[in-house]
Amino acid sequence: MQTFFAFLIPGLFTGAAYSIAASGLVLTYTTTRVFNIAHGAFGMVLSFVFWDLTVRQGMPTLLAIFLVLFVVAPLIGFIMQRLITRGLGNAPVSVSLVVTVGLFVGLIGFAQQRWPESRIEVDAPRFVAPFWQGFADGDGVPGWQIPGVETTVTGHQLITIICSIAVAAALFVLLNRTRIGTAMRASVDNPDLLRLFGGKPDNAAALAWMIGMSLAGLAGILLVSALGLSYFDLTLLVINAYAAAMVGRLKSLPMTFVGAMGVGVFESLLVGYSTDSELLSTIRPAIVPIFLFAVIVLAPQAQLRIGQVKGMVSAPVPSVPRMGVTAVVTLLVAAVYIARADDVSLLRLGTAATYAIVMLSLVLLTGYGGHVSLGQLSFAGVGALTYAQLGDFNLYGLLVATLVAAGVGALVALSVLRLTGLYLALATLAFAVIMEKVVFKNDTIGFGSGGALEVGRLSVPGYEFTSTGAYVFMMVVFFVVIAMGVLVVRRGVIGRMLIAMRDSPAACGTLGLDMRWFRVGLFAASAGIAGLAGALVAGLRGLIGEADFIFFNSLPLLLLAVAFGVTSVTGAALGGIGLMLLPVLQAESFTEFGLDVPLGGVMFMIIGLSAVLAARDPNGLANYLFRAGRWVEKRLRARLEAGLPQLTTADGAVDGPTDGPVDHTPAGDTHAHTHAPDGVVLVTQEVSDRVAARG
Amino acid sequence: MSLLEVDDVVVQFGGVTAVNHASFEAEAGRITGLIGPNGAGKTTCFNVISGLQRPTKGAVRFNGKAVTRAPVHRRSRMGMGRTFQRLEAFGSLSVRDNVRVALDIHRGFRGIVRTPGQQRAEIDGLLERVGIASYADDRADSIPTGTARLLELARCLAGSPKLLLLDEPSSGLDETETDDFGDLLKDLAAEGMGILMVEHDMDLVMNVCDTIRVLDFGEVIAIGDPGMIRSDPKVQKAYLGYSDADDDAPGSSGPGVTVGKHVDEAATLVIPALTKEGSA
Repeated sequence: MQTFFAFLIPGLFTGAAYSIAASGLVLTYTTTRVFNIAHGAFGMVLSFVFWDLTVRQGMPTLLAIFLVLFVVAPLIGFIMQRLITRGLGNAPVSVSLVVTVGLFVGLIGFAQQRWPESRIEVDAPRFVAPFWQGFADGDGVPGWQIPGVETTVTGHQLITIICSIAVAAALFVLLNRTRIGTAMRASVDNPDLLRLFGGKPDNAAALAWMIGMSLAGLAGILLVSALGLSYFDLTLLVINAYAAAMVGRLKSLPMTFVGAMGVGVFESLLVGYSTDSELLSTIRPAIVPIFLFAVIVLAPQAQLRIGQVKGMVSAPVPSVPRMGVTAVVTLLVAAVYIARADDVSLLRLGTAATYAIVMLSLVLLTGYGGHVSLGQLSFAGVGALTYAQLGDFNLYGLLVATLVAAGVGALVALSVLRLTGLYLALATLAFAVIMEKVVFKNDTIGFGSGGALEVGRLSVPGYEFTSTGAYVFMMVVFFVVIAMGVLVVRRGVIGRMLIAMRDSPAACGTLGLDMRWFRVGLFAASAGIAGLAGALVAGLRGLIGEADFIFFNSLPLLLLAVAFGVTSVTGAALGGIGLMLLPVLQAESFTEFGLDVPLGGVMFMIIGLSAVLAARDPNGLANYLFRAGRWVEKRLRARLEAGLPQLTTADGAVDGPTDGPVDHTPAGDTHAHTHAPDGVVLVTQEVSDRVAARG
Repeated sequence: MSLLEVDDVVVQFGGVTAVNHASFEAEAGRITGLIGPNGAGKTTCFNVISGLQRPTKGAVRFNGKAVTRAPVHRRSRMGMGRTFQRLEAFGSLSVRDNVRVALDIHRGFRGIVRTPGQQRAEIDGLLERVGIASYADDRADSIPTGTARLLELARCLAGSPKLLLLDEPSSGLDETETDDFGDLLKDLAAEGMGILMVEHDMDLVMNVCDTIRVLDFGEVIAIGDPGMIRSDPKVQKAYLGYSDADDDAPGSSGPGVTVGKHVDEAATLVIPALTKEGSA
């Protein structure tokens, strides 16, 4: 019983802090329909600001708390709402999630850059002391012993628990007993109607973000003394808040409070009781993600939304001949580069090919299917682990690794068969953390904690890829073949259905498509491709470990895929190169103009910011390349055809017959009647005009 | 046995009862109108029938089989097609590909035996039939609203449904297009298709429907042929707030007062399309 109480009090403390964070999350979601993945990252940054003010600059604690919670945090919340998240609630989940994941990564980069770990200041230890250490019962030890149970509650713990109750009560009163609270609830149901009745939904949303930000800051400040100033620990604590928020179905604040307390107490008690059980010790680090996964699985079936945003202008799908030419050119360029490259460059190219293949899996899943995976690299980890454990470094081994990863992907999708969008994305996040904490670190079935497994180079009948150059070229071949496969899928029946499902799930259902199984298949295919990439990179490196597949690395991968263009294979290729360059650039410093700025955090900031900007147009940077290419092509054709007054028809000349051109015509503009189906048709029109002008 | 039977269906959203013990049928080969003022629960009824909304109480039978708990796609495979009040076109795809997707879903692997040429001819035939062949290559999110509604109909027809649920199908069509659309509906019914239609254009409803069910505050308040519905005092009251039987009714001074043509879903002040008995 003593153990119970000894761990109950710390559990109530952490649960109280989770409930504060989760309340902020629920508040912003219920008011703006934006699920802020970066909620914990904001809490982390605000904790650093608090530490900076108090420890580094010597500001009195109460003044610093006031400044952080009532000035800095609301200001950030206001700016976020006005500049970044306004209007995001109506966007597809794939867009709103990517924006907040961008913030997540960008904020970690900002913190690394602003408060680098490498900077050691004697006067400012990276430590925040707990509050109210004078709360004691006279035995000289901070804290007050609860009579009868021989356990102590500290002043800091008491403050945290009181704060959580006060926050829950204040939010309940705000939402249910005040005019602004009613406006906040109304703004999510129908902002236009609220506007019609004189309400200001933008102001309600801004207030929600301001309060949400303050609550993230409060949770961070209350937890930082227990967790330490850590970029990742504080940020990832938000996963616990997600779990609590899911208990409240992202709308009930009382249930969120109960959920948070439950998570905190359960987690703490498990620490107390798991010492004798190997199984409990193994799963303890992942208990919250497991809880999150379970809550998501048990969530009620989502009803299909009607009246959704229609149509997305996607990258054009090249014709088969153009695909063939591009493939040959890519392989030739790769061969020439590989022939001249040193070992370091070869490894970099191989790594880029790996990332590009994983991004191809995202083209299928996110670009075409509209689903977000926050743990795609974990599927690559499953492939690598299977390949390494199997020990068959041949095509059979590759096939098994691919199939096992596909099977795991199918299992994840199957477990949330009835759910879509946000829940599915959060399930992949929980899955990724569980894989990292439980499976990959396991000494028996995983890579081993901090360890690595040896992997041999691939051999096919009659040939062994011992040379790094040959192996890397083989990886590029895999990329090209999978890219062509993805494009062929996009051009065919399945591709059309994926786009249809993305545009209107309700219409697909009423036309007879069982989307649940279709989604399972899509997840399996996507995970299989990622798994294959994992197996390939394992062979390239020779040694592969759990550090290569940590959960966090999936996020920059997703962001770069979106920033470079998650709807095209060109975007995947560019994104792969970009992600490969990330650690290279992070190790560098900017030394021009007399400056010496390390680029470690800057790169994360750039990636985060570019994803925030690019998420609304998932065609990404590749889009601009396509447009430039079409512009050149258009000029060339116009010149050629200007001398030939012979019109070609649009039929057959259309390069991307199903998706149309990449332009910025507003999707859903049902009044825009005229629409050129392809750039080539525009050329035809231009030729026609010239002929007409000549008479 | 009716093709569709809606039996004592209740739908509640929190404290609001959207559909209140509604019971009605739709027959094969006949056009049934489901009308009522805004907020009467018509679209909610459609959602219950097509499976997008689970009823709080009551049952739905289709073709003699209980489908109350059947998922959306299974009802479609049983022969139920539906269009939407708020458009649900596949905006990223061309008009032709919208119908192609519907055919692909409907045929599944059976579609493999058809050549691309055959399939294209079939699609173009469907687009021709609903009168939007000239839009075949346009993106679905760039076509006018009325055309998009016809596209939804073409998509439904690709699945050869036994029952068509049309939610305000003529909204966005001009007078000539509406007349053509009415003829098309009659043709489809003549081929044996059952049609259940929510519609605010009363001229269309009165011209094409064999029977009409009137909903008000979630309840079926009248059932009958167009003539009976026109003169039903409860219907007039539901639409106008008064009926011929009321002494102070504005139209009571003399018969033959025509009160407008369309009910606009978006407008608050609406002039219902009910044409009083005896009007031109």
